[in-house]
Amino acid sequence: MMARIHISPKPDILDPQGKAVNSALHDLGYREVSEVRVGRYITLEIQPQPGQDSRARLEEMCRRLLANINVETYTIEIHEG
Amino acid sequence: MKPDPPVTLDLALQHGLSEEEYQRLLDILGRTPTYAELGVFSVMWSEHCCYKNSIAHLKTLPRKGPRTLVEAGEENAGLVDIGHGLAVAFKIESHNHPCAVEPYQGAATGVGGIMRDIFTMGARPIASLDSLHFGPLDNARHRFLMDGVVRGVGDYGNCLGIPTVAGETYFHEGYGTNPIVNCMAVGVVRTDRIASAIAEGEGNTVIIYGSRTGRDGIHGATFASEEISEESEAKRSSVQVGDPFAEKLLLEATLELVKSGTLVGVQDMGAAGITCSSSEMAAKGKAGIIIDLDKVPLREAGMSAYEILLSESQERMLAVVHRGREEEAEAILDRWELLHSRLGHVTNDGRMRVLFQGREVCDVPPFELALGGGAPVYHRESRRPAKLDEYNAADLSPYRADRDWNVALLEMLASPNVCDKGWVTRQYDSTVRTNTVQGPGGDAALLWVKETDTALAVTTDCNPRFVYLNPRRGAALAVAEAARNVSCTGAQPIAITNCLNFGNPYKPESFYFFAEAVAGMGEACRAFDTPVTGGNVSFYNESEETSILPTPVIGMLGLLEDVTKTVRSHFQQAGDRVVLLGTTKPELGGSEYLWHHYGVLAGDAPALDLDLEKRTQEVVRQAIAGGWVRSAHDCAEGGLAVALAECCLRDRERPLGATVALEPGDLAAADLLFAESASRIILSVPPEHAAEVLQLAALKGVPAADLGAVGGDRLVLGAWVDLDLARMAEAYYNALPAYFQAVAAAE
Repeated sequence: MMARIHISPKPDILDPQGKAVNSALHDLGYREVSEVRVGRYITLEIQPQPGQDSRARLEEMCRRLLANINVETYTIEIHEG
Repeated sequence: MKPDPPVTLDLALQHGLSEEEYQRLLDILGRTPTYAELGVFSVMWSEHCCYKNSIAHLKTLPRKGPRTLVEAGEENAGLVDIGHGLAVAFKIESHNHPCAVEPYQGAATGVGGIMRDIFTMGARPIASLDSLHFGPLDNARHRFLMDGVVRGVGDYGNCLGIPTVAGETYFHEGYGTNPIVNCMAVGVVRTDRIASAIAEGEGNTVIIYGSRTGRDGIHGATFASEEISEESEAKRSSVQVGDPFAEKLLLEATLELVKSGTLVGVQDMGAAGITCSSSEMAAKGKAGIIIDLDKVPLREAGMSAYEILLSESQERMLAVVHRGREEEAEAILDRWELLHSRLGHVTNDGRMRVLFQGREVCDVPPFELALGGGAPVYHRESRRPAKLDEYNAADLSPYRADRDWNVALLEMLASPNVCDKGWVTRQYDSTVRTNTVQGPGGDAALLWVKETDTALAVTTDCNPRFVYLNPRRGAALAVAEAARNVSCTGAQPIAITNCLNFGNPYKPESFYFFAEAVAGMGEACRAFDTPVTGGNVSFYNESEETSILPTPVIGMLGLLEDVTKTVRSHFQQAGDRVVLLGTTKPELGGSEYLWHHYGVLAGDAPALDLDLEKRTQEVVRQAIAGGWVRSAHDCAEGGLAVALAECCLRDRERPLGATVALEPGDLAAADLLFAESASRIILSVPPEHAAEVLQLAALKGVPAADLGAVGGDRLVLGAWVDLDLARMAEAYYNALPAYFQAVAAAE
């Protein structure tokens, strides 16, 4: 199976990277843009072992390594097959 | 937006106020406070803002010296005159607790915060220093914390364009869950362009500028007063994220505002945000202030008055601008692409009034909020822990047993507390701005003050083991070591800033360390004539299981009148004589040797004769000024053997050996090599000047001995040590990277 993980800055946290992208887009004339937030997109191939709860393990991976839960949130999508 | 909860004693207790303090608040206001007012008082009366448990002791420290322009507590940082119409603003501050949670952002915002303290004074920051303490590196969590903190310090300073020039990295079990991260900044200001954090002059305009205000760092108490679901907890963050590029704009705009003459006063926003800056400025000007929170640029919708007042969003400033000159000031802010907004104005009613959505949510007398005003002052109980007598009386003779001293020295050189810290300092830009005469790796960093002949020497020091065994003497030793390090560059120590990291002040046995350390620090500062111009206290550095070692970090400033009259810390030329100032005594107590080889922290801190220390430093400075010495290095962790090894190794490209005859007298080899007796400095002296240096020492009554000569590719210490420099270098330089490489390899 395949997992897709979206990681983004928590909504209430300052995102200096998003801010910089926002102002660069403005400089290029895209004045319609506001509130840019920059995150990460991670894909993983997984061969679950018998008895493993893949979602729970992915949650754990996010909490322990993939996301910095102090400042980031994540969503996990699992695609079977 | 939810309605504010009703204010009760219970809610006040949840905010960390005591029952007595809540009663006092009721008396001051003559009514029940609003929710916003409760928030304001609880943060302003916290230890962090008003030093309520420490100020009685801090006031005993010497605060005034011949060069002091601004004393401790008067402004954001102390200010010291260095001649040429210039002054130095410098200060150290802790960011321990944020770093324990989120090391990268915690350290980055620590650097950002202390930089703002400096440029708020109108000074341009020229250097950053960091005193870092972690748990042992064989633990993955400790490595994670250290890695994050070091990157945070480096990235913020590097992006801002301020060199990180010195500091220390120290390891001990007690810092495992509670790392110590103390950031120091040094800035230079023209004495006719000093800014003040003051609000005065009725009708003058209050302007906020810099980043938008979000829900960053709002105190945990907020959460306690709301219903928190798992979900809301996950959405919320008490972590502040730093933006060094915004800070750079803030820095330049602030200095330009100061220069423009449009400002009455300016204050940065750190802890307690708008609340703290506006009330402190008003209290200082004995004025009133009225601000409208609807004018604050917000990062997110739906923020309450309470949240806006207490937000700790980074990179924001509050300015009071002369009425009629607002547009001039705003044009400067526009040019630096900074958001700004007129929040209100200065009044003469002595009140801090806050409007929000047409209502008055806060009406308090600012004087009652502030340190030195109505903020509470407590005299906490102090009791000497019985274990100290036990430690001090411990029999250390079993640890003096003979061993293979070559192996012992190699192991010491690889100890994380001794080894080369290049893994840390290479992540920092130490030369940006091109003022750095001597960067990391010396006894103190040396920075040229451009357009003058002078230079500043800066260092941070503390041996927490000595403070743990003998807080009074340990703190004095920290001051002495800092002064010694400054003197080893040829500079005269002129002032200190301190960061006092201790445990829970409500525990008498914990408070004892604080009270004693402050007393010892005061004694030493008076002896060296180095007033304390500011600093910071961090209590509660303990958890149920562990407590940090008491860690009063000393940040010292020295002045070198002639930047060309300085020396490095390591050997420069074969054939030079190796001269030792000072005496080695049987003082293994609290030493790195005891800890590293036996896992023992016991005995007493080394003796300190302040008068001898002072004279020893005078000898070094005069010898350097006379051009008689080529290097000077103080003996600290690891004692004489380690100090000599460092003299040989510190130039990695060009190590230089030495052959030294050690006279043991009555000393055991362990003491001779590794005792950490105070007031010792190793000089390398061209042979033709050896007599002059020895004479000068004799004249000052400082013990001095010609021990041998620089040269060769081995370090030979009497009959005990004979080592190839390459082997020593391998131990010394590879120890720290090995901890991090081994992990990378395993993963």
